[in-house]
Amino acid sequence: MEITGYNVAFIAIAAMTVTSAIFVVTLPNILRSALFLMFTFIGVAGLYVLANAEILAAMQLLIYVGAITVLILFAIVLTQQLMGARITQTSRNIVLGGVAAIAVFAFIATTFVSHFSKGSDMIAAQPAVPTSDPLLMIAKMLIQPYVLPFELASFILLVAMVGAIVIAKEDKD
Amino acid sequence: MLVQYLPFLILFIVAVAFSGGAILLSRLLGPKRPNPVKLAPYESGMVPIGGTRRPFHIRYYLVAMLFILFDIEIIFLYPWAVIYLTARAARLFLLLEMIVFLGVLMIGYIYIWRKGALDWE
Amino acid sequence: MPEIVIFLLIKLVMTIVIFALWMTMVPFMIWLERKVIADIQIRIGPNRVGPFGLLQPIADALKLIMKEDITPAKADKLIYPIAPALLMVPALLAIAVIPIGGMVTIGERSFTLQIMGEYRGPNGFFVPELDAGILLSLALSSLGVYGVVLAGWSSANKYSLLGGMRSSAQMLSYELPLGVALVGPLLLASSLRLNEVVNAQSNFGIWFIIPQFVGFIIFLMSGTAEVNRAPFDLPEAEQELIGGYHTEYSSFRFAMFFMAEYLNMVTISALAVTFFLGGYRLFTDIVWLQPIWFALKLMLFLYLFVWIRGTWPRVRYDQLMALGWKVSLPLALVNLAITAIVLAYVPKRAVLVLTITSIVLITIAYYGSSYNIRRSTDMTARSGYARRHLPESEETRI
Repeated sequence: MEITGYNVAFIAIAAMTVTSAIFVVTLPNILRSALFLMFTFIGVAGLYVLANAEILAAMQLLIYVGAITVLILFAIVLTQQLMGARITQTSRNIVLGGVAAIAVFAFIATTFVSHFSKGSDMIAAQPAVPTSDPLLMIAKMLIQPYVLPFELASFILLVAMVGAIVIAKEDKD
Repeated sequence: MLVQYLPFLILFIVAVAFSGGAILLSRLLGPKRPNPVKLAPYESGMVPIGGTRRPFHIRYYLVAMLFILFDIEIIFLYPWAVIYLTARAARLFLLLEMIVFLGVLMIGYIYIWRKGALDWE
Repeated sequence: MPEIVIFLLIKLVMTIVIFALWMTMVPFMIWLERKVIADIQIRIGPNRVGPFGLLQPIADALKLIMKEDITPAKADKLIYPIAPALLMVPALLAIAVIPIGGMVTIGERSFTLQIMGEYRGPNGFFVPELDAGILLSLALSSLGVYGVVLAGWSSANKYSLLGGMRSSAQMLSYELPLGVALVGPLLLASSLRLNEVVNAQSNFGIWFIIPQFVGFIIFLMSGTAEVNRAPFDLPEAEQELIGGYHTEYSSFRFAMFFMAEYLNMVTISALAVTFFLGGYRLFTDIVWLQPIWFALKLMLFLYLFVWIRGTWPRVRYDQLMALGWKVSLPLALVNLAITAIVLAYVPKRAVLVLTITSIVLITIAYYGSSYNIRRSTDMTARSGYARRHLPESEETRI
C-alpha cells in the first residue's frame, strides 16, 4: 500500500469514525455517547466523500447528523431518569452477546475475504471520477428507473407521520 | 475529486485554531478565583430552587420527529429542482411526479394539523 | 513548484481573506446594531471608545478575554467546555461555498473568489466547483443545533436547559421553510452551485427577488428565526429565561456564542444576497469591484436585521411555532408548486408570470396568515393559560 493523499485521508477518517463508534458503545454517560454518535456519522459522511458520493455525504449530514441524532438527544433530555445517570452499556449475558458478536464479525469477515479473493485491494481501490455530474445522475434516476420507489417513499413518510402522532401525541381533552 | 476538499480542510483548521486559540488565551489571561457560590447554578442571584434537570413536554420530541420526516421530503426536492428546467421533454412528467409525491405528504400534513400536533398550548 | 502547491497557497490566502471579511463583519455588526438601536430609541449609543464608538466591540472582546472562565460545579466537564466550539466551527465552515466575487485571472491561472470554487491552472490542472454547493452549506448550518442543546444541558441549570430546548426546537422548525424557500431560485438556476445561481440571475436579466418574492420573504423570516434574532429571540428572552442556553457561560466562551450568532447572521445574509439579490454582480463585470458590491449588499441585509430588531416586538412561543409550521412551510411549498407549474407551461414568459403570481400570493398569505395565527393562538390563550391562571372574578374585581 503506497502513501497517497487518498490513503492518508481514508485512514484518518476511518480511524475517527471507528474511535467515536467505540466511545458511543462504551461511555457511561449517555449524552456523551450521543455526542460521539454525531462524530461517527460525520466520519461516515467523510467516507462517502472519499467514495465520490458527495451528494450522499451532504444527505448523510442533513439527515443523520442534523436530524436523527438530534432526535436521540431530545429523547435523552426528555427522559429524566437517563440524564444524570451512569449507565452500563455491557450486557450481563456474556455468552449470548459473544456469540452474536462473533456471528456478525464472521459475516463481515467473509464479505471481506470474498472481495479480496477477486483480486482488488480494498484501500487502494480509489473510485474512478464519474464522467458526468453525479447530482444529475441521481436526478435522472428519479425520472427513469426509480419513479415507483420515489413515490413509495412518500407513502412511507406518510405512515411515519401518522405513527409519530399516534406515539407522541396525547389525545385532546 | 479530493483536491476540491483541501480548501475546506484549510478552512476547518483555521476555524478550529481560532476557536481553540481564543479560549486558550482567555484561560491564560483571565483570573481564577472560584468559590462555591460562584460555581452554583445562576438563578438571578437567588438560592437555586429544585433540581437542575427536569423533564420536558413530549411536544419537543414530536417536533424533532416531524422535522426528520419533512427534512427527508425536502432533500428530494433538490435533485428534482436541478433537472427540472433542463429536462424539456420530461418536464410535465417531473411536475406530475412531484405533485403526487408532495400530495401524499400533504395528506399527512393535514392529518397532523387536524390532530393538533402543530399547536403549542 | 508543483501546481498543487500554488493551488493550496492561493486557496490559503483566499480562505484567510474571506474569513477576515466575515470576522470584520462581526464587530462592525455589533457596533451598527448598538448605534442604530440607540438611534431608534433616541439614545446616543457607544460614543467613548474611538470615533463614533467604532472601537467599542474590540474593547468588549478584550474585556471578555480578560474575564474569569467559570465552569459551574455541576456542569459536565467534557461537554460544557466544547459546546461553544460546536456552535462556532460549523458557523465558520458554512462560508466555504459562498462566492464573494467572480472569475479572477492572474497570468495563466484563473479562479473564482470562493473557498471551494473553481480553479484552472496551466497544463490542464482543473478543480471544479463543489457539486453539492448549497446542500453542504445547509448541512453545516444544521449542525449548530448541537451546540445549543448541549450547552443548555451541560450547564446544569434549568433555565439553560429550557432555553436550549426551546432554541433547538425553533431552529429545527425553521430549517424546513428555509430549505424549501431556496428550491424556487434553484429551479430557475438548475444548479446547486452558488456561482451558477449568481450567473443564472444575470442570464435571466433579473434578480430572483422579483420572481421569487414569496421565497425571499420566507427565507428572510426563517433565516431570522434560524439565527435566533429578534423578533424570534425567545431562547434569550431575558425576562423569563435569564439568558437562555448560555446563562452559565462567561469570558470568551460567552463571547463565542454571540460571535457564532452574528457569523450565522452574516452567512444567512450572504446566502440571501447570492440567491435573491444577484450575488456579487451589479452593473458592470469589473472583477475587482465585485467583492465590494457583495460587501455592500451584505451590509444592506445586516442593516435590515437591525431595523427589524428595533421595530418588532418579540412574538410568543406558540405564535412562533405556528408561524413556522402553519404558515411558512405550506406557503413555501405553494410557492414552489406555482413556480414549477409556471415553468412547465409558460417557460418563455416565466419571469413576468411569476412576478404577478408572487404579488398575489404574498397578499393572500399576509391576510390569511395574520388571521390564522391570531385565531389559533388566541384560542389557545383563551382555552389554556387564561382559564387556568385567571380566576373568573378577575374582571368583576377590576
